[in-house]
Amino acid sequence: MDLSYTAEEKAFRDEVRSFLAEKLPKDLQDKVSGSDGEGLTKADMERWHAILNDQGWLVPNWPKKYGGAEWNAVQKHIFEEEAGAANAPRIVPFGFSMLAPVLHKFGSQEQNDYWLPRMLNGDDWWCQGYSEPGAGSDLASLKTSAVKNEAGTHYIVNGQKTWTTLGQHANMIFCLVRTDKDAKQQEGISFLLIDMDTPGIEVRPIILLDGSPEVNEVWFTDVEVPVENLVGEENKGWTYAKYLLTHERTNIAGVGVSKAGLATVKRLAKSEMSNGKPLIQNPHFAARVAQVEIDLKAMATTNLRIISKAAGGGTPGIEASMLKVKGTIIRQAINDLARRAVGAYAMPFASEAVEGSNAGLPDPLGAGPVAAQYFNNRKLSIFGGSNEIQRGIIAKVSMGG
Amino acid sequence: MNFELTEERQMLQDSLRRFLRERYDTATRNAIIDSDTGISADIWAQLAELGVIGALFTEEQGGFGGKGFDLAVVFEELGRAGVVEPFLDTAVLAGGLVADLGDESQQSLVEEIIGGTCQMAFAHGEPTSRYDLNRVQATAKADGDNIVLNGHKAVVINAEAADHLVISARESGQPGDDTGISLFLVPSGTKGITIQGYALLAGGRAAEVMLDDVTIPATARLGKAGEAFAAIEARIAAASIAQCAETLGAMETATTLTKDYLMTRKQFGRPIGTFQALAHRMSDLLIEMEQARSAVINAAGHLEADRNTREANVSATKNLMGRAGRLVAEDSIQMHGGIAMTQEYELAHIAKRIVMGDHRFGDTDYHLERFIDLSAA
Ligand SMILES: Cc1cc2nc3c(=O)[nH]c(=O)nc-3n(C[C@H](O)[C@H](O)[C@H](O)COP(=O)(O)OP(=O)(O)OC[C@H]3O[C@@H](n4cnc5c(N)ncnc54)[C@H](O)[C@@H]3O)c2cc1C
Ligand SMILES: Cc1cc2nc3c(=O)[nH]c(=O)nc-3n(C[C@H](O)[C@H](O)[C@H](O)COP(=O)(O)OP(=O)(O)OC[C@H]3O[C@@H](n4cnc5c(N)ncnc54)[C@H](O)[C@@H]3O)c2cc1C
Repeated sequence: MDLSYTAEEKAFRDEVRSFLAEKLPKDLQDKVSGSDGEGLTKADMERWHAILNDQGWLVPNWPKKYGGAEWNAVQKHIFEEEAGAANAPRIVPFGFSMLAPVLHKFGSQEQNDYWLPRMLNGDDWWCQGYSEPGAGSDLASLKTSAVKNEAGTHYIVNGQKTWTTLGQHANMIFCLVRTDKDAKQQEGISFLLIDMDTPGIEVRPIILLDGSPEVNEVWFTDVEVPVENLVGEENKGWTYAKYLLTHERTNIAGVGVSKAGLATVKRLAKSEMSNGKPLIQNPHFAARVAQVEIDLKAMATTNLRIISKAAGGGTPGIEASMLKVKGTIIRQAINDLARRAVGAYAMPFASEAVEGSNAGLPDPLGAGPVAAQYFNNRKLSIFGGSNEIQRGIIAKVSMGG
Repeated sequence: MNFELTEERQMLQDSLRRFLRERYDTATRNAIIDSDTGISADIWAQLAELGVIGALFTEEQGGFGGKGFDLAVVFEELGRAGVVEPFLDTAVLAGGLVADLGDESQQSLVEEIIGGTCQMAFAHGEPTSRYDLNRVQATAKADGDNIVLNGHKAVVINAEAADHLVISARESGQPGDDTGISLFLVPSGTKGITIQGYALLAGGRAAEVMLDDVTIPATARLGKAGEAFAAIEARIAAASIAQCAETLGAMETATTLTKDYLMTRKQFGRPIGTFQALAHRMSDLLIEMEQARSAVINAAGHLEADRNTREANVSATKNLMGRAGRLVAEDSIQMHGGIAMTQEYELAHIAKRIVMGDHRFGDTDYHLERFIDLSAA
């Protein structure tokens, strides 16, 4: 048992730290700190992707032959933790860490050769078209249909996807579609790559409760998709989708982001005054902060235990579900503390959706829109498999159901 | 022992509930939130007509209510519909202080408030006062027959729309002293007052109010010099009861929406409410709703009691509502899934009203500590 990093791992961490110190633009850092990057524009995110790409670190999980770095689980963790703590924008995951692994494993050579370089160069922005209004937790009940035309050249797609994160920036969407209505639910699903400029696609923004235009509805009416855009085999999409979900759940614990969030809470509580003294000296508030910090320290170690198991070739099973549940509880608790810390100043509304609303917004502690963030991050326990679904998985697996 | 509403209060509740159900739906309300002023003059006038504002003042003050249960009845309904119009700020806080402390000429404004033609705001909190009522740093200095105000008032709800501000300032002593605080009734256009307005996350608007050598006649003072603290504390008690009742009404809406959704939304071929993981949480929310209703009754029933009894009940209720409210808001969203995250769904607004209610007049933690102090006293 040794809780510290090896010499090589430490050297790697130092390399990451100096890269971040040197290359992470201050203005991006400022947008992320205290507000979880909600103010980042498409151009901001693309700029950060390009900086990482120059360094060869945009897609560390990819095979080297496609421009990846083949980092092991510990290296990935170190990068994520350091980037989180430095308030770096998160890498938009849909193409780089969701679609790409599916293409590597199940895509054709042509698909890999065509789509991967475009992804790296920023030519394509991908979004994820899984959920539908009637198919959330029960994803396999999805209805969007894809029927091959008579010539056999195209799929004709009809239906609706929803909750499509950053779909407004995307020109490509990967979708789960139903290609066999008569098969058992999971066996009639296929995995399609769809150009969002194709006629018949309409994207409508959904404004979230904190005012952010973060997700979208995507409507498909007789959309023609070339058959070359099918990934793998027809009706095998559910297998690929599940493979993708295991990738969606990496870094699910969000240790780095939570550490940065806790540091922000402490900073706020040092400046906020309560009964004439800094709030951090209020034993009640200090206890709340300490409680979360204690939980976070233990979870960070759980995370490392699971990561070193993965680095040693083991496959994480229900541990990923456990990290998802605990990690989101901790992040949401930190958002709750930040909101509490600033008192009445949690009430003002800073929203990008309301033009000019930031003008003259009072923020004496430089807290950012903490209450908006508190509400926005209620999503953490809903998406990517809700916490109830994760608990169901843990129970089923651990009790052999 | 009788937990029934009086006939008058029952009638007011019925007519108010009916009016809001018919005239204040989600789309109407969200359009009001998006408007420049953040309030609807039309709704204000019609609710005044219905007697909503009159119910917040006693008969001696020109109204027909003003007791704890009158506030509770009105604000529970306003909360149920997610009303963003600042009745609390104009009538219970600022208007209430004018009614409590004003001389005859100042009190004439109360009639206008009840009629719905006068807006007010209470400029009391400051950037470093957090929830402490006596941490007033703004100063009031005598200058001949005049008084000169200086200071910075934070997150003053309804300041932009207000015709008059009730401003607290210190004439003697130190921030943290109960004595030395005075109140002043000041037309909001008075020279030296700068109002920097902004929207609030849960609807409505507030402002930072800067006082820069604001010169007013000594007759603008409400009540006696340096002795306003007890009146402020009593008014904040009334406002806290109103706030808690509003939160209770909003919680009713949240739990009703959630219960309905659990019975209609299907996943895996069955209503999601049939999953025990959700059914039990729903049961917990219903249990907490009963606690919350009783807590509001405890506070409302002691508004007219002696100071310590009143304040201990207010703090107990505020603490419980903070906890139960957060649970209801968070679990209602969680049990809905993605749909509750969207701005146009009613629950989104309701959840924000509930949680932001904890940021007014002291939060869960503040009132827990205060309850301990008051219990020891
Ligand atoms: C901000 C945000 C971004 C998103 N981004 C994307 C995206 O980019 N692409 C995409 O495809 N999807 C996305 N989603 C969708 C997300 O994956 C779904 O919201 C999620 O799967 C839950 O589905 P639902 O919202 O329909 O809720 P439902 O599935 O209807 O769930 C409602 C409630 O029922 C519970 N529940 C459901 N089944 C069970 C059960 N068997 N046992 C116990 N409880 C159960 C849930 O936990 C939840 O509490 C996003 C969602 C949000 C909120
Ligand atoms: C001190 C004591 C005094 C008692 N006095 C009386 C008495 O006077 N008269 C009398 O008739 N009985 C009495 N009981 C018995 C009592 O009613 C039973 O203990 C009770 O019904 C639970 O049954 P069980 O102990 O067999 O546990 P089980 O029914 O086996 O339950 C075990 C666990 O499973 C949970 N569980 C069971 N079913 C479900 C479900 N459908 N969904 C979710 N969770 C579930 C339970 O909540 C419990 O946590 C007494 C018991 C005790 C301990």
